[in-house]
Amino acid sequence: MTGILRKHGWAVGLFALLLVLLGITKLIQPSFGASNFETLARSALPFAFATAGMAVVVIVGGIDLSVASMMAVCSVTAAVLMTMMGGVPAVLITLAVGAGMGILTGALIVVTRVPDIVVTLAMLFVWEGVALLILHVPGGTAAEWLKASITGGIGLVPNALIIMFVLIAVVWLPVRYSKVGLSIYATGSDEQAAFRSGVAVGRTRIVAYAICGLFCGMGGLSLTMLTGIGEPVPGPYLLASVAAVVLGGVVLGGGRGGLLGPIIAVFILRLIRLMLTLLAVDPNVTTIIEGTIMVAVVMLGGVLMLKGRLP
Amino acid sequence: MNAATEAIPLHTRLGRFLSDNPLIPLVALLFLLIGALEFMRPGIISPFWLGNAIKFAIPLAMLAACQTLTMLTGGIDLSAAVVATIAGFVVSSLTPLFGAPVGITVALGVAMLVGVANGIGIAFAGVHPLIMTLGTGLIATGCLQVYQRFVIATGSEIPGMLVWLGTGRTLGLPNALFLFVPFALIIIIGLRSTGFGRLLYAIGSNQRAAKLSGVRNWQVLMALYLLAGIIAGITGLVYVGMIRAPSLSLANPLLLPSVAAAVIGGTSIFGGRGTYLGAIIGALILTVLGTMLTLLQMPEGARRVLYGLIILAVTALYVRFTEQR
Repeated sequence: MTGILRKHGWAVGLFALLLVLLGITKLIQPSFGASNFETLARSALPFAFATAGMAVVVIVGGIDLSVASMMAVCSVTAAVLMTMMGGVPAVLITLAVGAGMGILTGALIVVTRVPDIVVTLAMLFVWEGVALLILHVPGGTAAEWLKASITGGIGLVPNALIIMFVLIAVVWLPVRYSKVGLSIYATGSDEQAAFRSGVAVGRTRIVAYAICGLFCGMGGLSLTMLTGIGEPVPGPYLLASVAAVVLGGVVLGGGRGGLLGPIIAVFILRLIRLMLTLLAVDPNVTTIIEGTIMVAVVMLGGVLMLKGRLP
Repeated sequence: MNAATEAIPLHTRLGRFLSDNPLIPLVALLFLLIGALEFMRPGIISPFWLGNAIKFAIPLAMLAACQTLTMLTGGIDLSAAVVATIAGFVVSSLTPLFGAPVGITVALGVAMLVGVANGIGIAFAGVHPLIMTLGTGLIATGCLQVYQRFVIATGSEIPGMLVWLGTGRTLGLPNALFLFVPFALIIIIGLRSTGFGRLLYAIGSNQRAAKLSGVRNWQVLMALYLLAGIIAGITGLVYVGMIRAPSLSLANPLLLPSVAAAVIGGTSIFGGRGTYLGAIIGALILTVLGTMLTLLQMPEGARRVLYGLIILAVTALYVRFTEQR
């Protein structure tokens, strides 16, 4: 028990914070119940997938600035495909497109030896353009059964939450507890040491970016499922995912942290937004407050990293 | 490009030549593009076209100054376009109420505020400039939206001086040159032969070495991001005089080209190498390229893809040639 606590101390603390925030929300809005929680989980879906993808890439020692743009590409791809074919092939193709974009980004980083931050900045622009080329105004459609799958819930647990956890667990857990996962953490904590111990560093990074792309594919799909259309202009998922990753206890620089903390952090950030909305704060002001909180979180992470690096 | 694979001495020599004289291939490329444009649409090259091209390259080159200066220290300023937009919007909304001087002062004050916020995050908290400036840009956009609702009824007016600066011509050349030439000279000379300019290169080449040599990095970074904010604010003033239609996304389309112009101009995105003259030529190249893409009726999406690929390709080439990051 103490072992689990020590290993997941940060995540447990975050979970406690989440429960406290839920309590405060209940105080603000006494009628807060299962249906509000269901809305919260649904709106958190794209953020959770973007954060999961970002977390994997940060753990391997990189950063992916193109998550929001990749999600936009996947969203429009899914929306356009669903006007032509059934839901299942469209979903599979979209996920393949997401993973493919991730592989391409990772391969470019490894082959050109240009740092992650520059390559993914360039890819941010490229994918943004590609999304506009596929669909230059919002459009397309989403299959009804897909839209229905994320609404409602079993008892108190919303379907969206179940889908989120099942999908992330299915992708991440087999990776985490295999040789690949070990290589990802090894590459992130010290690339040179990992290389000298026989880790295929280049391949590991490409795999990490592929997983990130796959999560972005799911994120894009969830965007289309939420709105029923494809949206070519990327949403605010980049900053939100970096903030959630930092708040979730993943160290920028790599090698430490998991996916559970960042996902809980997503819910904390979403809940703060919900609380501001319940307090009838102007939506634009909410955006400002949310942005300030996210920047403050990232700044705190930066201070902690500086402290940790110094002896 | 092909020369690089043939022989190692030539590869090294070419790399050295390129990093020593990055402007020669750039000017050649500029004239090549102008030649291609004349070939595509014979007769398009005229003194009037030249004046127009320079006019539209100026705000881009000024915004590219923000990127060049910050990139010299290994940073970037993604909030520059938002700051320019805010400056343009604020000045045009305050002028009918309080007159041009107040409008311009407030606009530049807001620009400085964002610069200071960037500086605090980057210099003290050690946040990567990319993330920090992205965040402040997002917050500033939110503030602009809130502000816009308070002034929506007051109408907008752009100070006559800015319109003269933005749209007027003297001897066929745009009036904005009156502002831009001194501006460019200050930055070029400032980078080359003042202490502050050299500190930027020093921090970009090796932050640790600069620190150990007694440079107070935080002071330099703070001053740098404040300066970048002011430059972005001035750009917004010039740009709103040029476009004459303030909006909530006035200068935002300039962000991507401004980064591309600095990178094309030979400024290393990893810091320590670059010149402002290169960024100016980069801005001219992008303006000519933009005309070409318009003639080819290239959609907006393809343009963004192209800019992204240019940034990636140029950076990858520099890494390959100079064997340094």
